[in-house]
Amino acid sequence: MPSIKRTKFKLTVDQQLEMLYWLKLIRAFDDRLSVLVRQGKVRSGVYSGIGQEAVVVGTCYGLRRDDCICPLHRDLGTFLMKGVDPGRMMAQMYGKVTGLSKGRDSALHSGIPELGIFGNTSMLGSNLPVAAGLGLTFKMESADNVVLAYFGEGASNTGDFHEGLNFAGANRLPVVFICENNLYAYSVPFEKAMAIEDVAVRADGYGFDGVAINGCDVLAVYQATQGAIQRARGGEGPTLIECKTYRWHGHSEHDKAFYRTDEELAMWRSRDPIPTFTTFLQDRGVLSQESLADVERSVKAVIDEAVKFAESSPDPDPIEAVTDLYA
Amino acid sequence: MARQLSYIEAIREALSEEMRRDPKVFVLGEDVGPYGGAFGATQGLAEEFGEMRCLDTPISESAIVGVAIGAAMRGYRPVAEMQFADFIACAFDQIVNQAATLRYRCGGRVSVPIVIRAPSGGNVGGGLYHSQNPEAWFVHRPGLKVVAPSTPFDAKGLLKAAIRDDNPVVYFEHKYLYRRAKGPVPEGDEIVPIGVAEVRREGDDLTLVTYGAMVQPSLEAADGLAKEGVEVEVIDLRSLMPFDTAAILSSVEKTSRALIVHEDVKTLGIGAELSAVITEERFDHLDAPVMRVTYPDTHCPFAHVLEQANLPGTAKITDALRRLAAY
Repeated sequence: MPSIKRTKFKLTVDQQLEMLYWLKLIRAFDDRLSVLVRQGKVRSGVYSGIGQEAVVVGTCYGLRRDDCICPLHRDLGTFLMKGVDPGRMMAQMYGKVTGLSKGRDSALHSGIPELGIFGNTSMLGSNLPVAAGLGLTFKMESADNVVLAYFGEGASNTGDFHEGLNFAGANRLPVVFICENNLYAYSVPFEKAMAIEDVAVRADGYGFDGVAINGCDVLAVYQATQGAIQRARGGEGPTLIECKTYRWHGHSEHDKAFYRTDEELAMWRSRDPIPTFTTFLQDRGVLSQESLADVERSVKAVIDEAVKFAESSPDPDPIEAVTDLYA
Repeated sequence: MARQLSYIEAIREALSEEMRRDPKVFVLGEDVGPYGGAFGATQGLAEEFGEMRCLDTPISESAIVGVAIGAAMRGYRPVAEMQFADFIACAFDQIVNQAATLRYRCGGRVSVPIVIRAPSGGNVGGGLYHSQNPEAWFVHRPGLKVVAPSTPFDAKGLLKAAIRDDNPVVYFEHKYLYRRAKGPVPEGDEIVPIGVAEVRREGDDLTLVTYGAMVQPSLEAADGLAKEGVEVEVIDLRSLMPFDTAAILSSVEKTSRALIVHEDVKTLGIGAELSAVITEERFDHLDAPVMRVTYPDTHCPFAHVLEQANLPGTAKITDALRRLAAY
C-alpha cells in the first residue's frame, strides 16, 4: 500500500486552529447529546461519534461547498462542517419541525442537496452505490468535484459495498471511500467478521489504491484525504482510506458495550485525537492558553445556543406524518 | 391508418425521444449499451447518444438503482433497466429504503426522478426467474409510483410520463407483449398521465378491472360474454400506484358487480386492495362479492403444461364472469 506523506498539503496556523475548533465542537455536540439522552430530553437513538472526530475533521476540512458527502449515522460532525446550522442539527435530534427532516427522522438519515449532503439509511453500505451515482454525474459533466463516501468496517461486508466500489472503480469515478474502522459492528468485533487485517486491501479488488492510516491523527487523515481528493479531481478515480479509530460509547447510547474490555477502551482513550492535536499545536507554540480558552468558550456558546433553538422550536404538525411522500 | 408500432418499439421510441428532448435523461443497466439490451429496448441509443448516456453496467442491480438515485439527486433523470423484473429483488433495498424514503426524510427538499424499467410476466416459457410479476411489492411501499402498460400507445406515453415525473417510478413492461402487441402510436409527445385508467370496453352488467398482459384475454372473455347477453366493462388500470379509484368506483356504481384479473399471485396482490376499496366505498351498490382471477399462490414453472395451468386466461376469466353474472 502506498505511504502517506504527512506534510504534502500545507496548513496555515489559522487553519490548524480552525480544525481544533471543529474537533472540539463536534465532541461537545456529542457530549451534550449524551447528557440530553440521560436527561430524557432527547429520546432518539443517538449514535455517538466520540473518539472518531479526527476522521470527520480530517476528511471534511477543505471540502468545497459543491463537493458531496454521503455520511454515516455516527458522522454528525460532517453535517456541521458542510454548513448545517448546529441549531437545526440539534432540532433534528429533538424531532422538531425545524430539524432537517421536520421531525420524521431523529438521526442522520436526512440531507441537504444544496450543501452536498446526502444522508444514508440504516441499511449500512447502501450509500456507497448512491455515492457512485453522484460521482458519475461529475464525470459526465467533466467537473472536478468529489464525493466523500463514508462507511464502517462492518458495512464493508455488504453486497452494496462491493457493488458500489466496483462500479466506482470500473468507471474511475471521483469518489473517495472513507472507512471508519472502529473495530466493532455493534457488538461483533472485526476479527469475527473478516479474515483480513485491513479493510484497505479490499480496494485492490476494485482496481484503485487503499491505504490504512491512523484515524486518531487529524493531520494524517487530512493528508491522506487531500491526496485522494487531488487524484479524484484530476480524473484518476477513487481511493479507499481506512481510518483506524474507535468509538468510545456503545453502538448507541443505550448500549453498555459489555463486549469489550476496560483495558481496550482505556488504550484507545489514550489516543484521544483532541488532546493529541492540542498538544501538537502547543508544542509548536501556536496555541496559547488564552486562545484554547477562547475556542472552548465559543464551542460552549454554540452548543448552548443550539439546544436553546431546538427546545424552543415547535413540534411538527401531525400532518407532516403523511406529507412529502411524493413530489 | 395511424402508424403501428410494437410494444418494444414504442418503449424504444419513448427512450430516444426523451433523451433527445432532455440531456439529463440517460439509461443504464446490464447490456443496454452497444448490445442494445436483452430485449432490444435500447437498440441504437449508444450509437446516437454515446455510451456515457447509455451506460453498460456490471451485474449489480443494487448499484444500478443506487447510482440512478445518486444521479437523480443531482438533477438527472436516469432510466435504470432491470434485465428481468425478477432481478429487481436484488435492488429491493435501494428502491424501498433509499429511493422511496428520500423526499420524506429530507423534509421535502429532495426529488428522486428515476424510472426503473422491469420486464415482467410469464407465458414466455421463462421459468422461475424470468417470469415474475412483483408489482405488488412496490405498490405496498409509499413513496413509489408503479405503472404497467398494456398497449404500445400506453407503453410510450406512460414511459414519457414516468421519465418526466419527479418521483421514483417502477415501470413494469410485460415481456409477452413486446412483439405480440402492436398498435397505433403517435409520433412525438403523447403523454399518458400516471394515475388514470382507461375503459377498454364499455358495458353495463359487470366491471372487470385488470392491467398488463391480462387486458387482452379479458377483452376476449368480455366479447364472449356479450354473445350470452352480458355486457362487461373492461377497465385497464395502467397505473397501479396511484390507481384510478374514481374510474373503478363509477363503473361499479353502474354494474354492481366486479371482477379483478391479474397475472400476479392472489394473496395480497393488487386485487386484494381493489376488492377492499370497492367493498369499503361502494358496499351498498354491490349485488355480488368482488371476485378475483389471478395466478395461484405458487412459483412460475417452466414446463408449458405447468405454466399454462397457472396462467389466468380467457377460459378462466370467462368462467369467473359467468359465475359473477349468475350470482
